Amino acid sequence: MALTVFALVLLVFGQNPLRAYMDILGATLGTAYGFSEVLVKMIPLVLTALAVAIPSRIWLINVGGEGQLFIGALFATWGAIYFNHLSAWLLLPLISILGFLGGGLWALISGFMRAKGWASETISTLLMNYVAILLVSFFVFGPWKDPESANYPQSAPFPDAAILPFFFGSRVHLGAVLAIVGLLLFYFVMSRTRWGLEMRAMGINQEAARRSGISTSRYILLLMFIGGGMAGLAGMGEVSAIHGQLRPSLSPGLGYTGFLISWITMGSPLGIVAAAFLISIITAGGDILQMTHRIPAAAIHILMALVLFVVLARGTGKRGK
Amino acid sequence: MSEILLISILSGAILSGTPLLYATLSEMIGERAGIVNLGLEGIMLVGAVAGFVTTVKTGNHALGVVAAALAGALFNMIFAFLVLSRKANQLASGLALMFCGVGLSALLGAPFIGSRIEGLGTIRIPLLSDTRFLGRAFFHYDILVYLTIPTAVVVWWFLFKTRWGLSLRAIGENPTAAYAAGRNPHLLQYQVLFIAGLLGGIAGAHLSLALAHTWAEWMTAGRGFFAVALVIFAKWHPLRAIAGALLFGGAISLQLQMQAQGVPVSSFLLDMLPYVLSLVVLMIWSGARRSAVPGSLGRVFQGTE
Repeated sequence: MALTVFALVLLVFGQNPLRAYMDILGATLGTAYGFSEVLVKMIPLVLTALAVAIPSRIWLINVGGEGQLFIGALFATWGAIYFNHLSAWLLLPLISILGFLGGGLWALISGFMRAKGWASETISTLLMNYVAILLVSFFVFGPWKDPESANYPQSAPFPDAAILPFFFGSRVHLGAVLAIVGLLLFYFVMSRTRWGLEMRAMGINQEAARRSGISTSRYILLLMFIGGGMAGLAGMGEVSAIHGQLRPSLSPGLGYTGFLISWITMGSPLGIVAAAFLISIITAGGDILQMTHRIPAAAIHILMALVLFVVLARGTGKRGK
Repeated sequence: MSEILLISILSGAILSGTPLLYATLSEMIGERAGIVNLGLEGIMLVGAVAGFVTTVKTGNHALGVVAAALAGALFNMIFAFLVLSRKANQLASGLALMFCGVGLSALLGAPFIGSRIEGLGTIRIPLLSDTRFLGRAFFHYDILVYLTIPTAVVVWWFLFKTRWGLSLRAIGENPTAAYAAGRNPHLLQYQVLFIAGLLGGIAGAHLSLALAHTWAEWMTAGRGFFAVALVIFAKWHPLRAIAGALLFGGAISLQLQMQAQGVPVSSFLLDMLPYVLSLVVLMIWSGARRSAVPGSLGRVFQGTE
């Protein structure tokens, strides 16, 4: 349905939709390299989707994945630049922890405002995205600007020890393992532990949960922190393995895409993987569309919005209120 | 502070505050009818690009503004269909609308990046515009600026002095009761969202036609979300929104002036000012908001089965 509408949009703009779709499929699933690139794109998407899915267990709407990703990348860069003498065995865990902390703390600000009843996390996380991106721009245009690169706003390149190892000679990096571990932990905690049960109870009926002695604000803070941490890890992975230095063009809306993925799959771990796979094909397709059909990359937002429209229009009543 | 500087900050505040006020009024009437629309950012972008493209093609600013308003209204009907007819979640539908607006406006605007237009014409008011201070600070604007305060007053009048406004507010407070009293919540909410779309489109048109004179991807830069904060700041009252829009416009204008004056603070940190201000507003006003917030805000009227 969404694909048909997008085909119409392409037609209106004088492009051949069938050829566009064929190009996308051929270039992504047709070759081993194309396929590995789809996997590379999936890594941050799974992580940013988790960043949304985890707080959504208690109906928190975290739209701040984008900002949390940027701050995660910022913290990781700090670690990579200032501890560049460490060996990879120390440096990689360090920047991973820093990335997690950065994203987590950034989300925690919104979580705190929500737990205090000061501001809805939806709007505050959205606003914090802009602040985070400006903060990263401040550092790469200012104090952390690489003196070697005369004009480009970017940090000094990461030392080799701070670059995540790659698998099978492709660009699939260690972040994939983090994403898988994150997914498994999420599934395990939600379905097999007391915390998962408490969170489900809270999601269904806050008042009842509160009366049976579950502390809502503690869960709000915790889940926002962990969720933000996931997005922070995505930022760490991108800055370390894909870019190798901090740039303001770090993310083409990965956080927002993660939000979309989490929402259409209602946070189910398998669904997240499937949707991330699909969206990665689409976004890889966005690059192809832009290169061969001269359509702006932002147009892919339309396709995503159409998918979301269809899901929203169909899912009447499921998400309630 | 020198007089020139004061004038430029003041007039900057009024200019930057104008799209914010239209956007805030758009969000406000929706919320008064119980609907939070986070898609305002997308509506503004669609309005901005529609207005700009029309003006480039026809050379007629008035047509551009009309096109922007209509485009915004029609675009908002997608949102209305989702949240009213399909009873979808308002926040998610709003975000989807925002994504769609970002993509659609980028696609439509791509061939026009780099083209420039004459700004929306300045209207001089005889005598008043010639006075030294007053004239330069308050009477050197385009038509959309002059229309802001009348628009806010009209919105206020409609909301509080007409039957239509009473029904609308009743629906925002308690749709079931309004339904029982013989009102049709969905019809009214469709109307409200159409008008909200008109206002959002005009807000976008002012950005591209009067402020920037050009089109750039995602040129609203979060103004749609400032408006959501401003509605809370204004406690859902159209006339208080004027003060709020001026305050935010002032923050944007002050930041631009500080950059122009070469204040030794990174422009990126200054750019954060309006976003941080939005957050602060949200936090400080949240204590007072419970009395003013429409009762059924965010909920979907499910019918009476």
